Amino acid sequence: MPYEYLDDVAIADVQFRAWGADLSEVFISAAEATANVMIRDLASILPREQRTLTLENEDAEMLLFDFLGELVYYKDAEHLLLRVPSVTIEQSDGTYRLRALAVGEPLDPQRHEQGADVKAVTLHRFNLAREGDGWSATAILDI
Amino acid sequence: MAVADQLVRVSDTLWELPRSFKEGMRVPARIVGTEPLVRAMDETVYEQISNVACLPGITEYAFCMPDGHFGYGFPIGGVAAMDVAQGGVISPGGIGFDINCGMRLLRTNLTYEEVKPRLKQLVDRLFQQVPAGVGSRGMLSIPREEFRQVCVQGARWCVDRGFGWTEDLTFTEENGCIGGADPAKVSERAIDRGLKQLGTLGSGNHYLEIQVVRPENVFDAKLLRFFGLDHPGQVAVMFHCGSRGFGHQVATDYLQTFLKAMPRYHLQVRDRELACAPFHSPEGQDYFAAMKCALNISFANRQMILHRVREVFAQVFGREAEALGLHMIYDVAHNTAKLERHVVHGRERQLLVHRKGATRAFGPGSPEIPAAYREVGQPVIIGGSMETGSYLMVGVPEGAQTFYSTAHGSGRTMSRHRAKHQWRGSVLRSELEQRGIYIRSVSDAGIAEEAGGAYKDIDQVTEAAELAGISKRVVRFAPIGNVKG
Repeated sequence: MPYEYLDDVAIADVQFRAWGADLSEVFISAAEATANVMIRDLASILPREQRTLTLENEDAEMLLFDFLGELVYYKDAEHLLLRVPSVTIEQSDGTYRLRALAVGEPLDPQRHEQGADVKAVTLHRFNLAREGDGWSATAILDI
Repeated sequence: MAVADQLVRVSDTLWELPRSFKEGMRVPARIVGTEPLVRAMDETVYEQISNVACLPGITEYAFCMPDGHFGYGFPIGGVAAMDVAQGGVISPGGIGFDINCGMRLLRTNLTYEEVKPRLKQLVDRLFQQVPAGVGSRGMLSIPREEFRQVCVQGARWCVDRGFGWTEDLTFTEENGCIGGADPAKVSERAIDRGLKQLGTLGSGNHYLEIQVVRPENVFDAKLLRFFGLDHPGQVAVMFHCGSRGFGHQVATDYLQTFLKAMPRYHLQVRDRELACAPFHSPEGQDYFAAMKCALNISFANRQMILHRVREVFAQVFGREAEALGLHMIYDVAHNTAKLERHVVHGRERQLLVHRKGATRAFGPGSPEIPAAYREVGQPVIIGGSMETGSYLMVGVPEGAQTFYSTAHGSGRTMSRHRAKHQWRGSVLRSELEQRGIYIRSVSDAGIAEEAGGAYKDIDQVTEAAELAGISKRVVRFAPIGNVKG
């Protein structure tokens, strides 16, 4: 799994570190880390519905913040659990443009073993940075 | 030099980080607590509370309560009073994402002996009727326009539609409806997230608990009688929840608004979660009006839950809720910012008091508390872990030193991730059942995360609050049944 949960900083919340070879991969890893806080077995989320996410931001880090916020939004607004199999991110004219396919299904308490609800993505120590040949992201989710 | 070594002891229960601790501190930071509690706090608390002391308009001190721990921006347990006439700011990070997360406490006239044979049935029914868990949805289906009305009317909206009693409003902070809420300042996304969640608990440390008063846990029998808890073994109901996805989105939206607005007001902060705007600015006023919508949604959420609790008790015990004496003792928020009048150096000033994981605790005589309680002070409801119990305290006159603010819970000492490695939810549940505490949760992992061992000792927290003179203990409630997300 290209993400891990970090202990002993955000003791009431959840902090994760995710990584990937490029921006798309680190975004996908961060989405998995966020979803995995709420649902124990991500494989239990079946690809029954899909949503297309389109976002843009001048700052790649804030684009990741907005992207994770979308997953939290769909969880409440449509009770929809989403995983993100593919993300494309393009940069032009100083703006990052993201297009992602998110697939999943409404939460079914019988089939989806729940963890903790994510209230929000916080900007405290929120970070997206190049690391070696790839990228890494850290975030604290408010529980 | 370690940060802890720079703490100056002001008294046995008050510790100060002087302005010299960090460049930019406008006032000293003060941590309330006994030495063991304060020394055991993680150093991020010192870091965060001293960052708060740098915010424009902060008055007297940045405070951290005895249950303080790591937050984002503000520590949990942070209190900051901003002088709005002197450029004081409003900061979503000083309130928390879960706007008006708070506690509601009811009494019953039932005893433990009466409840015990039906405890499982009671908790099982509550688990069905008060939805909990990830993105949980309530049973109320209302159009968006109606939801906007709830934003304005709060718990009053519920009571007007038969979801509760008029007296419930009397015993809710702000009578369950704070003025100045403007739904036009709230995004459609926030309404999308909250529309179907009225009457739900959520998850994390939110819970609904059946509790009992045991004679050995009574600190002030006279006050206990005053609040209608006058016989041994009497059963109470306590729950902890907030404004759900609606409030979380309001906070998220304005965090970004403020980050963009700060350069315009020449504001710089040490942490993006401290994003703020002058209270008297268009952005500051918009957030204040939007935040009040979330305050009201949360009062309405707890009112709907109260209504379901009464329904369930009536079904299980075959008597009307009135006959079971299911009266509210109080409902109080612990994630808010409110305009209040406080006397500073002999002069009354209007201050915006941010309380993040801190409870307002007005003393006797305050016009802000129900007339019935003015003689004794405002009830303060301190939620503990599902294993260790919770407290009823009251505000005291000496509370003026912290702008009448006190603790809100026990405060965590261990991460959720570590707690899951330390305990197994299913084992913990069986152990607690053997100790007479019956738990229903949507998640075994959630039970492990909320294990009592992951929290500070609530007895120490409430004792420290009393010793410091910011609130006084009335009773400690012992849990017997718990519903959680």
